[in-house]
Amino acid sequence: MYQFSGKLKMLAIILMALGLLGTGISFMSAPKTLEEAKEILAKQNDAHHGGHGEAASHGEAKEAHATAAHGESHDDAHAEHAFHQMQNRPWSAVFVAMLFFLGVSLLVMAFYAAQRVAQSGWSVVLFRVMEAITNNLHFVSIFMLVFIIATAMHMNHLFPWMGEGVFDPKSPNYDPIVDAKAWWMNLPGWTIRGIVYLAIWNGLRFIIRRKSIEQDNGDLKLHKNLYNLSVAFVVTFMVTESMMSWDWIMGIDPHWFSTLFGWYVLATFLVSALTITALVTIYLRSKGALPLVNDSHIHDLAKFMFGFSVFWTYLWFAQFMLIWYADMPEETTYFVQRFNEYKLPFLGMVVLNFIFPVLLLLNSDFKSIPWFVVLGGIAILIGHYVDLFVMIMPGTVGGQWGFGIGELSGILFFAGLFIYATFSAFARVNPVAKGNPFLHESETFHYYNIQHRGEDNSHH
Amino acid sequence: MSTNKVIHALYNDDDILMDAVKKVKGAHHHIEEVYTPFPVHGLDQAMGLAPTRLAITAFLYGITGTAVAVWLTWYTMIADWPQDIGGKPNFSWATNMPAFVPILFELTVFFAAHLMVITFYMRSRIWPFKEAENPDPRTTDDHFLMEIPVHDNEEELKALLETTGAVEINVVDKH
Repeated sequence: MYQFSGKLKMLAIILMALGLLGTGISFMSAPKTLEEAKEILAKQNDAHHGGHGEAASHGEAKEAHATAAHGESHDDAHAEHAFHQMQNRPWSAVFVAMLFFLGVSLLVMAFYAAQRVAQSGWSVVLFRVMEAITNNLHFVSIFMLVFIIATAMHMNHLFPWMGEGVFDPKSPNYDPIVDAKAWWMNLPGWTIRGIVYLAIWNGLRFIIRRKSIEQDNGDLKLHKNLYNLSVAFVVTFMVTESMMSWDWIMGIDPHWFSTLFGWYVLATFLVSALTITALVTIYLRSKGALPLVNDSHIHDLAKFMFGFSVFWTYLWFAQFMLIWYADMPEETTYFVQRFNEYKLPFLGMVVLNFIFPVLLLLNSDFKSIPWFVVLGGIAILIGHYVDLFVMIMPGTVGGQWGFGIGELSGILFFAGLFIYATFSAFARVNPVAKGNPFLHESETFHYYNIQHRGEDNSHH
Repeated sequence: MSTNKVIHALYNDDDILMDAVKKVKGAHHHIEEVYTPFPVHGLDQAMGLAPTRLAITAFLYGITGTAVAVWLTWYTMIADWPQDIGGKPNFSWATNMPAFVPILFELTVFFAAHLMVITFYMRSRIWPFKEAENPDPRTTDDHFLMEIPVHDNEEELKALLETTGAVEINVVDKH
């Protein structure tokens, strides 16, 4: 049985403490009044020798409409706009990190359920690793729930459609486009849906995990039962995941819509989920906690990382190219803003998420070398964090974005939480799902190429 | 002067064949060829064959295909006759790059796949009207054949092969 070492627990707690501290600092240092925001803007302008035409590009941002309509001077409207963005920044920093870890844990669960539905033979020795990672789903969900309630109580302004008077024709903030979507975009609906997604995911995860541990007794009825539950999870997950991506990510840009957005979000989380499964597996194996995992299992995980990296790129490009090609103004603004204000992360993530993994993990031999998979995995994880960053930040903080204490602290906190949730869950039960009828198949799993290299193949 | 003599050992089960191959290799005899009606997993490893390099050629062909596609799109769309077609930005290759990606992708796959297949045919010496090199027609149906060259050790080899569960052992003069 695996022992959750004191050192690792300490690391998790330190990460969480640092994250909390940094998040606190980022909330404190956000401007509280318009005057403070103007001071910051003045400093920014000095640093840039009188600005660089930022104001012009801001005029195009959708959120600016309401303020610009007042007939105030452009400078004041700009300052107020920037003030809201600065206030959003600490919230967005936490939101991006939280959503990243929530999505990753959720997709590990979805992949795990898919493995059960597919009756896959190779992955049974990894089941306990995946189950342990999904324990993080419960932990992040609590924070997500708090976030949903805080957002519904108007404690932040991440979602412009939640602003005052957006649905009121008499208000200067009235937005007829959003008003036409009121049947979906309304606060009670958004809040209830969010809670329902979390309840479904957590409920099914809890039952599946409990039954899986029970299955250590070898009961085949339980196996069938787990199969049915996994089917239920996969089906409800596909529906709720699409809706979640509309509610929590696409809702930040309420004037914009894209049909394949749900799958695109799915792809980004799925690659990250497979990568994190591989990294945790490699770590636990190096500690001797997974005696049955061999290089072939790592090879298969790396193949999935490679394949879904390409799949992500396919969806990312399909979304971008269709909009770029037709160039319809109401759709193109989404990418214009990203291309102008977020050029480095927007283009950099294609290198990290596509070019790097493709060149690194193409070679079959490299896919089974643990340190190589770790190297590729770190690039993939950074790349997909940046991907989520570029999905959310332009709509919430716009030109006021940066990667500072707030953003880093969000990652540190949820990484610490992830480590704590995962390894404490892994230490709690038998690291081998010994009652699974496919265990032997998984134990003797060997990929042909690796045999050539001379991995232990006594099971041939 | 029996340099052209070979022994053909026939088997009717791939598991028995695998064990026989390991035994013959263990006794340090060279196996010239093994004929099987279907791929036997692990046979190449048991025979000690080097891994194929076909995938490496495919990668190089793929890069070639990408280069050809870049050149084609750049020359025809940007360099030779840069027309305004529906407002597409044909000022430089990079500004119109997304429109070229489908071609880049397809030509990469096309070059990688076709040239790799042709490489495979050439390296395996397969072409239409080629005379089949089959020592025994049963090996295309349900028998496995191991061919071992004889170097004045016919009796020893025969005795060894008889212990491996061969259903038939023939000494053949090869042309």
